[in-house]
Amino acid sequence: MPDKLLAIEQKRPEGDWRDAKVEFRKGTICYSAAPKNITYLSLPNPREWQPFDADWKLPPNWKEIILKGMKERLRKYRSFRLFMEICVRCGACADKCHFYVGSGDPKNMPVLRAELMRSVYRRYFTLTGRLFRALVGARELTEDVIKEWFYYFYQCTECRRCSVFCPYGIDTAEITMMGRELLDLIGCNINWVMEPAANCFRTGNHLGVQPHAFQDSIQFAADEAKEITGLPIEVPINRKGAEILFVMPSADYFGTPHYYTLLGYLMLFHEIGLDYTVSAFASEGGNFGLFSSHELMKRLNAKIYEEAKRLRVKWILGGECGHMWRVFHQYMDTMNGPADFLEPPVSPITGTHFENARSTRAVHICEFTADLIHHGKLRLDPRRNDRWNVTYHDSCNPSRAMGLLEEPRYILKNACRNFHEMPENTIREQTFCCGSGAGLGTDENLEMRLRGGFPRANAVKHVREKHGVNLLACICAIDKATLPTLMEYWVPGVEVAGVHELLGNALVMTGEKERTTDLRGEPLVREEATRE
Amino acid sequence: MKALSPLLAVLAIVGFAVVGGHTHAGLVFLAVFVPYAAFAVFLVGFCYRVARWAWIPVPFRIPTTCGQQKSLPWIKPASLDNPSTGWGAFRRMALEILLFRSLFRNNRARLHDRRLVLGEDRYLWLGALAFHWSLLVILLRHLRLFVQPVPVFVSVLSRLDGAFQVGTPALYISDVVILGTLVYLTARRFRNPLARYLSMPIDYLALFLLLGIVTSGLLMRFVVRVDVAAIKQFALGLAVFRPVVTSAITPIFLVHLLLVSALAAYFPFSKLMHMGGVFLSPTRNLANNNRSKRHVNPWNHPVKTHSYAEWEDEFRDKLKTANLPLEAEDARQITGH
Amino acid sequence: MSDRPLILAGLTLFVGLVTTPIWHGALDRKAALTAPPIQLPAQEKQCVAPASYMRSSHMQLLEHWRDEAARDGRRQFVAFNGKIYDKNPTRTCVTQCHTDRKEFCERCHDYAGVSDPDCWNCHNDSQRTSRSAP
Repeated sequence: MPDKLLAIEQKRPEGDWRDAKVEFRKGTICYSAAPKNITYLSLPNPREWQPFDADWKLPPNWKEIILKGMKERLRKYRSFRLFMEICVRCGACADKCHFYVGSGDPKNMPVLRAELMRSVYRRYFTLTGRLFRALVGARELTEDVIKEWFYYFYQCTECRRCSVFCPYGIDTAEITMMGRELLDLIGCNINWVMEPAANCFRTGNHLGVQPHAFQDSIQFAADEAKEITGLPIEVPINRKGAEILFVMPSADYFGTPHYYTLLGYLMLFHEIGLDYTVSAFASEGGNFGLFSSHELMKRLNAKIYEEAKRLRVKWILGGECGHMWRVFHQYMDTMNGPADFLEPPVSPITGTHFENARSTRAVHICEFTADLIHHGKLRLDPRRNDRWNVTYHDSCNPSRAMGLLEEPRYILKNACRNFHEMPENTIREQTFCCGSGAGLGTDENLEMRLRGGFPRANAVKHVREKHGVNLLACICAIDKATLPTLMEYWVPGVEVAGVHELLGNALVMTGEKERTTDLRGEPLVREEATRE
Repeated sequence: MKALSPLLAVLAIVGFAVVGGHTHAGLVFLAVFVPYAAFAVFLVGFCYRVARWAWIPVPFRIPTTCGQQKSLPWIKPASLDNPSTGWGAFRRMALEILLFRSLFRNNRARLHDRRLVLGEDRYLWLGALAFHWSLLVILLRHLRLFVQPVPVFVSVLSRLDGAFQVGTPALYISDVVILGTLVYLTARRFRNPLARYLSMPIDYLALFLLLGIVTSGLLMRFVVRVDVAAIKQFALGLAVFRPVVTSAITPIFLVHLLLVSALAAYFPFSKLMHMGGVFLSPTRNLANNNRSKRHVNPWNHPVKTHSYAEWEDEFRDKLKTANLPLEAEDARQITGH
Repeated sequence: MSDRPLILAGLTLFVGLVTTPIWHGALDRKAALTAPPIQLPAQEKQCVAPASYMRSSHMQLLEHWRDEAARDGRRQFVAFNGKIYDKNPTRTCVTQCHTDRKEFCERCHDYAGVSDPDCWNCHNDSQRTSRSAP
């Protein structure tokens, strides 16, 4: 944690952005991927190197590889070619990026992040660029440009906020994804993405939790839920013939405060008597392949349908995770479908047909729970959450790549009595990223994370001062992992929780013993007299 | 400084027009050959660029959702900002193209006393929208010079556009607006520090060309008058490929014509292609029905995965210890499976 | 599902619109390219200013006349060739030379799509003057 409070400034940018020199400074970058992870994933150019090194040990024909890779992708992705060609540089996106706001670095303006690649595109793939070079904004592809790409494409969380404001819908996430794919081709990637990806490929989850340890964790959570409620809560693992396969991000069973959300799920499933199973193979809904390349995303995602098919379930229920839902919603069916071995999802409790998921056959837990509450299937005592004064952080992917905005709010409003929205320009589709998404949530990158998270923290601070908010609810595993640090730094006194943790607190279960603690094991505080 | 080379380029075009029109051969070249060539380049180039986009697949359905999804029947979806049907996507596109919906969201993030303050900023939206609409009106008004007899809607449009009846001839509202917005858009690139930093020479080129075209047009209308009937005769001649070079082609008209030709020829090579591109943006023109309707990727290559069988094989002992169900007792069975 | 047919349809529509003058001209081959002939005055060969100037700027001249005559009371116009005219379009232009506005004014105004002359909103044209004269 930086000792001094970071200075957040908006300076007048100076110089010429086409100058590619980048200063690699600790705290603002992620370290390189360890060769063992690259090797395990059979990706090119595994080697020992660090971004600070003068020599990045690129393959001798690196330039050819990059240009060939660009050419191939320009033919495969209309988004890529279109976004290379139609930007008018109006600058509407400039101050929409949390990294620009927090770092004041003009190359973090989405338009310039994209120009870093467009300049190379123009030089090698357009007539005007070949003829007029600098006049039309074309640049030679040099090693410095590669280093600059690495710096700035790993300083973008693919949150898509800029895309909301762009008059042509240009999505920097698409460009960053292409940039990272190209960098992968010459072995310039970061360990915080590649290690989870390699783990996930091998064990099924990012944390590298093997099946027996998976079982331990789940069992531990079940026991804890048992203790809180006094009910015999069991969690089936790898059970064939269950109706529903429940997939969650691995952090839910290994991280805090994710863990309390897991307790919430387990209690909910027990209460409604859900016929479900979790899987030690499909033990990760998250997908760090998304932060590396489309190919790796597909490789890691394949296990979800494979396992659903093997276990002969009817449909898939997905837990609280942001980028997992980007993949489930926008990629899974296309990449690894069709899921014709599953059935269109129907809630076994309410009979609701989840029409919006009839092809992918995966339902978000918030959709599922909101439907339960709406049908009066859950008894909730929101007073149990009275110690919390809650606000809700829309996670980037569910809001801007899905539109899951009201479901979690509906759950929160039923599970808590004190709920306050942050300012309008900072929530829903305009939500600010936590600053640590897309694989950047590592501690070596802490300064940049705190800078990138500043706009989000700033909005939380606003509601903290105005309404005394002390809990930031969210539905994203990366949020849960990184927002606590951000809050501690910018807005001390605000904690972070999953929506289903609060639901689990409020859930009045059949036959449960009187609760003395919440899911965090802290004594329940009630303010009945004042609030009724 | 970045604005210098485009300024010189535009001045050079003006110079060509003024000097080149003095000889008959030069006049024929500048007034006949150049416009034909420019129009051909525009048409072929524009079609080529759009067709090239059309031939590239859209492997994934990636709309940027800007409102509530359609999920449970009792939650009201944002059918315009997050459409779930093709018709909804069509309406979203209409809103985007006719009213610049996304730009309308624009706001300003400024730091005040270590706090981020988000304020409304709709000037860019207003300027851009007003510019594009007046450009369309002006282009349509110009049909009076290219089509005989003049279509009724063109006359009506011109009458409405000149409804204020200020000056002789009447000053068109669209002319005032386009000049004002162009000055604003240009000034913005110079004055806004961020816009200045990110602007490149080519960004100024389009603006300067447009400013030159509008200025020369206004000059012809109000200061250096031209014989409109003769101009129409020339324009009609061009349109039916029987061009007649007459004395009506005065230097100011030639400047106007040459600047327009330059813009048209430059169009397909430039960011001005956003005109066609805006229709094709996959983050806007697709319905967010991802989970209800499967999107097919035409090049969905097979990839190397780690199958369940391989996984069970690798962790067999651990699965046994944990008493988790197995597909096969040992590896041989699984391969024979 | 490929969106190619949709894009090509849109592109065709665009090309159709942009080339309106070309196909419109080709469809209606008989339409005259040039301005229809105007009825020139029988007696006068020379207007108050050279024809080229009158073609492009008659409205400016008339406006100039109006300002000088009505506001400053200067009613004499000395033409480029020394001839002196009364700055009164009704008596000078319309009565003496351009007696038929349909055959003179409107020919070009219609052809070039220039806004209709609104002179007669106030000034009587000669025919009506002669008709209504006692």
